[in-house]
Amino acid sequence: MSVVITEPNDHEQHDHEHEHHDHKPAGIKRWLYTTNHKDIGTMYLVFALIMFFIGGAMAMVIRLELFQPGMQFVEPHFFNQMTTVHGLIMVFGAVMPAFTGLANWMIPMMIGAPDMALPRMNNWSFWILPFAFLILLLSLFMPGGGPSFGWTFYAPLSTTYSGDSTALFVFSVHIMGISSIMGAINVIVTIWNMRAPGMTWMKMPLFVWTWFITAFLLIMVMPVLAGVVTMVLTDKYFGTSFFDAAGGGDPVLFQHIFWFFGHPEVYIMILPAFGIVSAIIPTFARKRLFGYASMVYATASIAILSFLVWAHHMFTTGMPVFATLFFMYATMLIAVPTGVKVFNWVATMWRGAMTFEVPMMFALAFIVLFTIGGFSGLMLAITPADFQYHDTYFVVAHFHYVLVTGAIFSIVAAVYYWLPKWTGNMYDETLGQWHFWCSLISVNMLFFPMHFVGLAGMPRRIPDYALQFADFNAFISIGGFLFGLSQLIFVWVLIKCARGGVKATDQVWEGAEGLEWEVPSPAPYHTFETPPVIK
Amino acid sequence: MAKTRSIRWSLPTLLLAASANAAAMPLNMTKGVTEISQEVYSLHMLIFWICCVIGAVVFGIMFVSILLHRKSRGVQPAQFHESTKIEILWTAIPVVILIGMAIPASKTLIAMDDTSAADVTVQITGSQWKWHYKYLGSDLEYFSVLATPREQISNKFDKGENYLLEVDRPLVIPTGQKIRLLMTSDDVIHSWWVPAFAIKKDANPGFINEAWTRVDEPGIYRGQCAELCGKDHAYMPVVVVAKSPEDYAAWKLAEETRIAEAKAAEQELLAMNMDMSELMDNGERTYIAYCAACHQPNGAGLPGIFPALAGSDLILNDKTAHIDIVLNGKSGTAMQAFGRQLSLKELASVLTYTRNAWGNDTGDAIQAADVYKVQQGEGE
Repeated sequence: MSVVITEPNDHEQHDHEHEHHDHKPAGIKRWLYTTNHKDIGTMYLVFALIMFFIGGAMAMVIRLELFQPGMQFVEPHFFNQMTTVHGLIMVFGAVMPAFTGLANWMIPMMIGAPDMALPRMNNWSFWILPFAFLILLLSLFMPGGGPSFGWTFYAPLSTTYSGDSTALFVFSVHIMGISSIMGAINVIVTIWNMRAPGMTWMKMPLFVWTWFITAFLLIMVMPVLAGVVTMVLTDKYFGTSFFDAAGGGDPVLFQHIFWFFGHPEVYIMILPAFGIVSAIIPTFARKRLFGYASMVYATASIAILSFLVWAHHMFTTGMPVFATLFFMYATMLIAVPTGVKVFNWVATMWRGAMTFEVPMMFALAFIVLFTIGGFSGLMLAITPADFQYHDTYFVVAHFHYVLVTGAIFSIVAAVYYWLPKWTGNMYDETLGQWHFWCSLISVNMLFFPMHFVGLAGMPRRIPDYALQFADFNAFISIGGFLFGLSQLIFVWVLIKCARGGVKATDQVWEGAEGLEWEVPSPAPYHTFETPPVIK
Repeated sequence: MAKTRSIRWSLPTLLLAASANAAAMPLNMTKGVTEISQEVYSLHMLIFWICCVIGAVVFGIMFVSILLHRKSRGVQPAQFHESTKIEILWTAIPVVILIGMAIPASKTLIAMDDTSAADVTVQITGSQWKWHYKYLGSDLEYFSVLATPREQISNKFDKGENYLLEVDRPLVIPTGQKIRLLMTSDDVIHSWWVPAFAIKKDANPGFINEAWTRVDEPGIYRGQCAELCGKDHAYMPVVVVAKSPEDYAAWKLAEETRIAEAKAAEQELLAMNMDMSELMDNGERTYIAYCAACHQPNGAGLPGIFPALAGSDLILNDKTAHIDIVLNGKSGTAMQAFGRQLSLKELASVLTYTRNAWGNDTGDAIQAADVYKVQQGEGE
């Protein structure tokens, strides 16, 4: 896609003037009252980083207990709270808000809009989020502890057999859902209405496209999640029997509703990552993205197929064999558009002129490691084999490859890629390379051996295990601790870059194309108050 | 896991082959001991190798590109960015591969679904955190609970070879016969998994799932509950012993005799009084085995989830209600009906123990006859 900008002559000066009159209150009020997409984007990203470390600390507790067989550090009941809250925080607190933060910062700048379409709602959708997680985290200190039924909260473990904190869990998930829905509405309205003149649909950067499709997934499935948590609430406290056979309900119904939300949710966490990688690879290969149109169509196909595969999470629940066959075929089909994406990225690299700065390194690692996660996903689709893989560490390995080395690596790549635009300073390349290589090695020590542990028969979500798994678990735990430590380098890089460094140019990267690289670095508080014209 | 050892090294590993300590763990899925489990293994290996080949091609091209097409080599970037022909090609090839994969997978799946014409049917009921096996068409039924001592879990004793994979009474099946397994649950969802049979099936409360197997090799096969089912999910293993039809028949006869004799002995017990120290000793043993997982060894429970027994109102003030809740459980909670699981002697002992331990000094000795009365609905 080629974007040519003809800016109004007074644009530069106009922006400059505005820096002195942006009318933002000082101190905490600036952040509480802000309706500025850049401020809100920053808050989302900082919040996601804090949640990433809190969820990560829980993962460290899990790996510490699993370092050796036997119970050493925590009780099984607390262990279950850690696995549950780790999952909830990483999905709803780290990955999703990080993508929303990137959307806030970048979508208006990429389509030539002055801000998000609904700025006050934008403020609200962020500011309810800290309270949602405060409620969730404080529930851990209740008598009986926090939620301990897994982030998937299968009934009746989460209804009849759960502790008193369940009401808080439900309330907190509701707030997270409301926040996500508002964020998604904002993205759709912004993209639909606020594109600069000449920014036609098929000229939009892929990050905008993938977020646009993700936002539709969000507004379609978050209400389903709200529905299912409400059913859990009424089953537990108000005497309904949606999931209780004794009252005419069915516990498997819970899983159908949950995964009807849960599978599209998986793509909510990966489609924006596809957009990020599709921005980074062409920049550092100095070559246009291969097959732009097919990338858009592949994203849309993945989104549509994601509504037809939910029951592949439920092959062992005893579905009729023909339903099982349908879900197996539909799941295998998703490999096709996903494959197209990977092939297009490799074709983009082919005969380019590549350099390997940190964003490129994370993007390349994303392609390889996400594809490994995709391969194990394809294996899991083969239903008879799934009976052996299901609920073992093979599955844990699979979804951490797509979520950690997939979604989170893409977020880290995006942060390195756009950080000079946000702060006006280049990050420390040497430290960034250290962060990359430490993360790459430790993350594979952490998750790759899990495939073998799972194939050998270790179930997931257990605090204690048979002796044969001991050596592997010790090794995995060491990988986990190293991966946790490696992320401290990231914080160091971020703080260092925010405080100063080599001044970034407007274009930042030699091969970068797009509207966000036309504005000064750091991006002024208000950009594109007069829309650019794209030819 | 002796069955799985022979295939330990069949999966090539790059990262882990160096780990000398890995000897005890197989690195690949078990081939198992049934026709179905071997088909499952073949499907697993087929899709694994397909992924390896695709991975080698894609990553190979990518790494060649990374080596050759770098700016530092002074290359100029090419201008191409589209080719409908190649896009169609790399959409069509995966479709063909997937169809090739779907055919054998569907065949195996349909074969797994056929539970008709079984020789033996066993009903498997999961509950927190034990399995119950009932041989349909016979009086034979029993619970199967973890046999690993708590001291091994808390690292006071050395761990045994089958740590967490051993039970007091395994499921016993005859070899060479089709066994139909009916799964259900008394409380939350559990999942009965034996890797060597390639069976993993959820036990859903209020519903019955079916699976089947035919095992040809006599042996001991171990597995675990696979679905998170609460606090002690890690502590409900599955052990299946496959015996020749003759040994199986002898075992079954012996078990049926044992159950009949135990019933007769219970009747005799009704007329006897056990002394306090015997009741307390037996009671403590039973308490540790069946009650301590939730109510804790010191009777303090876990606040907010499992009520304390020490100083409990119900225990101190209402003896009949105490006996009743132990016998019949409390619906809607994790408290199970132990009347089905324990003998009268064990029930009397554990009731006496909980009425007199940890400062619950009621001084009551509960006898088998007292329990029997409540069981028959003639409470005091």
